[in-house]
Amino acid sequence: MQDTGGAIVAFEHVSKQYGSAEPAVNDLSLTIPAGEICVLVGPSGSGKTTTMKMVNRLIEPTGGRITIGGEDVMSLPAVELRRRIGYVIQQVGLFPHLTIAENVAVVPRLLGWKAPRIRKRTDELLALVGLEPGTFGARYPNELSGGERQRVGVARALAADPPVMLMDEPFGAVDPIRRDRLQNEFLRLQEQVRKTIVFVTHDVDEAIKMADRIAILQRGGILAQYDTPAAILATPASEFVERFVGADRGLKRLSLGRVRDLDLIEVVAVRVGEDRGGVRGRLDRVEELDYALLVDDEHRPIGWIDRADLTGGGPINADVATPGAPTVEPETTLRDALSALLGSSVQLGVVVDDRGRAIGLVSVDAIGARLRAPVPSADGTLREVGDSVEAAS
Amino acid sequence: MNENEPFIRFDWIANNVDEIGQRLSEHVLMVVASVLIGFVVSFGLALVARRFPRSYGSILAVTGTIYAIPSLALFVLLIPLTGLSVTTGVVALVLYTLLILFRNIVTALEGVPPDVIEAANGMGYGPAQRFWRVELPIALPIVVAGLRIATVTTIGLVTITTFIGLGGLGYLIINSGTRRFFPTSIYVGVLLCVLLAVLADIGLLWLQRRLTPWAQARQG
Repeated sequence: MQDTGGAIVAFEHVSKQYGSAEPAVNDLSLTIPAGEICVLVGPSGSGKTTTMKMVNRLIEPTGGRITIGGEDVMSLPAVELRRRIGYVIQQVGLFPHLTIAENVAVVPRLLGWKAPRIRKRTDELLALVGLEPGTFGARYPNELSGGERQRVGVARALAADPPVMLMDEPFGAVDPIRRDRLQNEFLRLQEQVRKTIVFVTHDVDEAIKMADRIAILQRGGILAQYDTPAAILATPASEFVERFVGADRGLKRLSLGRVRDLDLIEVVAVRVGEDRGGVRGRLDRVEELDYALLVDDEHRPIGWIDRADLTGGGPINADVATPGAPTVEPETTLRDALSALLGSSVQLGVVVDDRGRAIGLVSVDAIGARLRAPVPSADGTLREVGDSVEAAS
Repeated sequence: MNENEPFIRFDWIANNVDEIGQRLSEHVLMVVASVLIGFVVSFGLALVARRFPRSYGSILAVTGTIYAIPSLALFVLLIPLTGLSVTTGVVALVLYTLLILFRNIVTALEGVPPDVIEAANGMGYGPAQRFWRVELPIALPIVVAGLRIATVTTIGLVTITTFIGLGGLGYLIINSGTRRFFPTSIYVGVLLCVLLAVLADIGLLWLQRRLTPWAQARQG
C-alpha cells in the first residue's frame, strides 16, 4: 500500500467561545509535526474534545486559525474537508445497515471512487487492521465483537488515505486488557501509515503510552504544557501539570519504555517428551535462569518448569510444568509488564509475537533497572527522576 | 332465516364469485391508495417535525384528534366537500392512518443512534446524504412496523365506507349480510377481510426482512 504520510497540523491563537461564557478553548497555539501522535489530555471542561473537533469543523472556532499542511481549514467547504480527515469515535458509530466492507468504503464512495478501486482498498485496509476480508467483509457490525468493531472504525477512518486522523477516546469503551491490545495494534499500524493524529483521552496513562507529544489542557481551554511524555514526566511545567500526571510520576515513566527496549533473556523452550538431562544442560548455559518454558507445537507458552524439578533422567511430561506464565508483547509498556509480572509467582514474563509464540523472557529485575536510569529531557540533558518543579526552577 | 336453510349457502357463493371478486378488489384498492397517500403525507409531516421540532406536539395533537372522530361523523363532515365519492372514503381512511404513521416515522428517525449520526457528520456526509443514506435506512424497520399496523387497521376500516355506498368487503357484510339477514354473505366478507389482513401483514413483514437483512443478522 502506498499511503501518503501525515501533514503538519497547526493551531494559531485558536479560541472557541460560546456566548459570553468562559471560553471553551482560549488562545491555543501548538504545532503537531507531520506523522506524529499528539494526545490532547485534561480534566473535563478543559476543551480537549472541542479542540479536536475544530480541526474538521464539527465545531467552528471563534478566533484564530487552524492549518493542515499549511492550508487553512476554512478554505474548503466543511463536508469536503471532513472527507480528507479520518475520524474515529469512542462508540465507533459503524453504520448498522451496511456490511463491514461497505462501512469501510463510505468515504471513498462519497468521493466517487470507481467500484474496483474501492474494493481493492477495502480488502487492503481490512487486512491491515487484522480482519480477514473474505470472512468479515460481508458481515454486519452487530455480528462483530467490540474490539473487531473498533478495528473496522480505524480502517474506515483510513479509507481515503487522509493525512490527518482525529481520534476521540477511541479505546475508551473496551475493557482494560483488550484496550492494551488495541493500543499496541494501533501503534504498530501507525509505524506503517505515519499519519498525523490528534488523539483525545482523559486517561494520563493512555496519553503517555500513545503520544509522541502530549498537550495538557486545563479548565477554560488553556494549554498547560505541550511536550514529549518524557519531558512532561521529568519536568512538569506547573503545579497543575504535576498534580494532573499524578504523584507516581516515577512509576509512570515506566510507561515510556517498551518491552522491546529491554535486552530479553533467552527462552529455554521445552516440549513434552524431551530428555530432562538435556534441558538441564541448556538451562545451565543461560545465566541466572532457573526456569525452562514448556511450549506447545506452535511454540506458544504453557507453563514454567523449575530447575529443581528436573532431577534424574527420562522424558518430560506436562505435569512438571506450573501453568500460568504471564505473557507480554514487545509493544507492552514496561509499567504494564511490571504489573503483570508482579502478580505471578515466578516473576518472569514471556514475550510473545503477534501469533503468541514465545520469543524471549523479561524479568522484574530488568524492569527495575530501567526505573533507576536517568531520563533524557526535551533539552537533551539528563535529569534524575523525582526532580520537582521547585528543584528545576 | 329459514329453518331449512343450510349454515353456509355454497351455491350463493358459486353464483356470486364475480360480485365477491369485485368487492375484494375494491377493498384492496382502497387500502393500498389510503395507506400510500397516508404514508406520503405522514412522511412529509415527519420531515416538518424534524426541521421544526416545536411543531411535533401540534401535529401529534391534530392527528390524534382526527383519530378520535367517529368514522360516521367524519363522513358527514367530508360529504359537503367531496360528496358520496371514493374520494370521501379515501380521505377519511388517509386521515385515520396519519396518527399511526406520523408517530412511527418520527420515533424511528429519533431512534437512530447519536454515535452513528456523529460518525456520519465527521466523515463528510451532507445533511441530505446523511438523511437518505444513513438515517432513513436505519429507521426502516420501525417505519415498516408502523406501515403494518396502519395497513391492518385500514383493512378493517374500509368496511365502514359502506355507509357512503362503497365498502369493498364491507358491502357483503353490512348491506347484503346484516340488512337482508343473510349469514353466508357475512361469513364470506369477514373471512376475506381477515385473510387479507393476515396476508398483508405477512407480506409487509417479508418486505421488511428483504429490505433490512442487517436487522436479522445476529452474533454467532
